[in-house]
Amino acid sequence: MSTPVLELQDVGREHGHGETTVHALDGVSLTVAAGEFVAIMGPSGSGKSTLLNLAGGLDSPTSGAVIVEGKRLGGLTRSSLAQLRRRAIGYVFQSLNLIPSLTAVENVMLPRELDGVASRRARREALDALREVTMDELAERFPDDMSGGQQQRVAIARAVVGDRRLILADEPTGALDSQTGEDVLRMLRARCDAGAAAVLVTHDARHAGWADRVVFLRDGILVDETAPMSGPESLLSTSSTE
Amino acid sequence: MSIRYGLLSLLERRPMYGYQLRQEFEASTGSTWPLNVGQVYTTLARLERDGLVAVSDDGGTDADRESQRVYAITDGGRAEVRTWFATPVRHTSPPRDELAIKLALAVHTPGVDVHAVIQAQRTATVRSLQEYTRAREAAADDLSWLLVADSLIFAAEAEIRWLDHCETRLARAARATRATQASAAPAKSVSRDGARS
Repeated sequence: MSTPVLELQDVGREHGHGETTVHALDGVSLTVAAGEFVAIMGPSGSGKSTLLNLAGGLDSPTSGAVIVEGKRLGGLTRSSLAQLRRRAIGYVFQSLNLIPSLTAVENVMLPRELDGVASRRARREALDALREVTMDELAERFPDDMSGGQQQRVAIARAVVGDRRLILADEPTGALDSQTGEDVLRMLRARCDAGAAAVLVTHDARHAGWADRVVFLRDGILVDETAPMSGPESLLSTSSTE
Repeated sequence: MSIRYGLLSLLERRPMYGYQLRQEFEASTGSTWPLNVGQVYTTLARLERDGLVAVSDDGGTDADRESQRVYAITDGGRAEVRTWFATPVRHTSPPRDELAIKLALAVHTPGVDVHAVIQAQRTATVRSLQEYTRAREAAADDLSWLLVADSLIFAAEAEIRWLDHCETRLARAARATRATQASAAPAKSVSRDGARS
């Protein structure tokens, strides 16, 4: 077994003290391997987004450990955590946070340039990522001149540019029509099939259907999960035998 | 019913042998509803009796006679197919739904944790949804199968949404019960009913 891309070990996150303590997450353990697509489902307030923020190093657990690519986030200095976040982790959130004064390709290049990658190479990588979401032809457009779906695809390209091995997505299809939403999920799926690990937070069962494993969160606790999928041909085996 | 019209519709494309009809029916629906040979020939015999298909027999011995018969649609059959497509499918009496019955009984059966029943079902249905999603992607260029797979996916999604809704209803009912108890016996502390684990 290779090192998991993401590991949560008995992770807890509390807000407040004493009587008013809220357990946003309580004793959550989760391992996501390379190539694996995990969906997290649960009602609002169940701790889904907290879990994602902890996995991405945007928040710290009050107990337990978060380990990304074998590195325990709690043990990292501020700057190495920032570097890991930039290099290893891609985020896709509901709010896209594209920078309006930069074109599509410049938005996607930005994290790579911040990471010290030479501009020419960053541009090439950005165009590759845009091609994956079929947005390379609109590379020179500004966000305001794109539809919501196009902006979302640029945001996804930015999340996966370079060699990010962990993609964290929080309701990434938020404002998209169902066809475009489907494309987004198909692309996350393809990324995982190419070796990345992805964690998708969603309340939409149809989106969770794309995952290899679905875990259910309720009141900050993992209550259940689906059995791992067997090979992709499982359901079709009857029809493929003549 | 659907087999009868399914086979007739396939014969609109071209005359076929019985085994071909079976293959094409299954191919069109992604093998979601497999047919056995018996069903196919029984249905064809009825269609022949009703004058909706005509049979041409290219000879052969008695033993393999059935497999030598070529079925072709008649004008009557064509009219029947047209009527079928023009008529909405009716869901007059709701089909018996084991899950709905199970939950309806679970809420009043002592010792049953309704929330556990709901979660177990949710996990199983999401799992089916994962399989349908995968199968649909694997057969992405077959329009007929895409439509069938979508139908399975939407039905599973609807069931999951209904399960979510059941939980909301249970929570609301539990709150209402507590409130009634609290106002009925204001002096006593209200014991929390152990509906949730």
